[in-house]
Amino acid sequence: MSLRSPLGRVLGSGSAKDGTGHWWAQRVSAAGLLLLGAWFLWSLTELTDFAHAEVVAWIAQPWNSVMLLMLCCTLAWHSTLGVQVVIEDYVHGPMLKVIALLVNRFVHVFVTFVAVFAVMRISLGESP
Amino acid sequence: MAEFRLPPNSRIRKGQHFAAASGLKNVRRFAVYRYDPDGGENPRVDTYDVDMDSCGPMVLDALIKIKNEIDPTLTFRRSCREGICGSCAMNIDGANTLACTIASDSVRGDVRIYPLPHMPVVKDLVPDLTNFYAQYASIKPWLQSRTPAPPDRERLQSKAEQERIDEPAACILCACCSTSCPSYWWNSDRYLGPAALLAAYRWLVDSRDEATGERLDDLEDPFRLYRCHTIMNCTQTCPKGLNPARAIAETKKMLVERRH
Repeated sequence: MSLRSPLGRVLGSGSAKDGTGHWWAQRVSAAGLLLLGAWFLWSLTELTDFAHAEVVAWIAQPWNSVMLLMLCCTLAWHSTLGVQVVIEDYVHGPMLKVIALLVNRFVHVFVTFVAVFAVMRISLGESP
Repeated sequence: MAEFRLPPNSRIRKGQHFAAASGLKNVRRFAVYRYDPDGGENPRVDTYDVDMDSCGPMVLDALIKIKNEIDPTLTFRRSCREGICGSCAMNIDGANTLACTIASDSVRGDVRIYPLPHMPVVKDLVPDLTNFYAQYASIKPWLQSRTPAPPDRERLQSKAEQERIDEPAACILCACCSTSCPSYWWNSDRYLGPAALLAAYRWLVDSRDEATGERLDDLEDPFRLYRCHTIMNCTQTCPKGLNPARAIAETKKMLVERRH
């Protein structure tokens, strides 16, 4: 039981003077995803039977590759920010929270690099 | 982790039933949360049959009748009985509101009455609002100005400037909004909650206040302000019809605008 005053507890360590960048980035990435998502759905209509060769050829087109890279990066960025908020909301143990926030970052960076590598390999290298 | 179940000593049990005298024609049943901190027992829900022909129209009238005529141990806060003091804020029929401004007739079936959610309970329908009031104090709810007041008159505002503070200044600090907010439930130790943020906004848009920058500095925090996820329970439940969610959104907008 703490005998600290209620006001002292509320004031705590003061303001982090941070959070606006995170909040704004969520909105910017959401707006980006709306545009990129619309492009993605629209461009899928160009595919006829979704056969492997056809999809690989579609990805390999320069314009599609660039847009797909942007979509993957924006999606991962938006997801990182969102999952961070969920962790901060619900995970309260200090150690567990730090671990969860680190895992969130690492997993999203890993997934982003895998996606970027996959698109680049198809776009720049020989198709598998 | 956030707790999604009540701790074992807070789980609610069935309580006593206080039946009405026979022969009454207009009887409503009120199911009321009861907790006695000195008894050492779990909370319970007691049910009271109230003769509405000899009772005022509001839920608070029924609570006062129960206390006066049926069960004097029932504890609740009340003062003005006209929606201006905020004392009788409680959870009625699943929504936070003021017992004095909601009619018993507007509730279908049994009238279920609980204290404001997710707050420590002092007794029965009385929540402990210590943290809530400390959060209000933390936003410095007073005019801060470096320019001395004119010696011969008050600090003037235009009509438009005054109208900007009309709505946020109408908050009565009943705590209905903050205690309806899931974000506040999980993080009330660090998130200021809609009531304190609405009060902060009231001073942010006051044309006479000269501490806007410092106030925004104090609010800019991932928890103090940005735990608001625009759920909007606050606006939905406010018994005064105010819009704390919009005030919070406007505060976020002010913080973005000063960066660009």
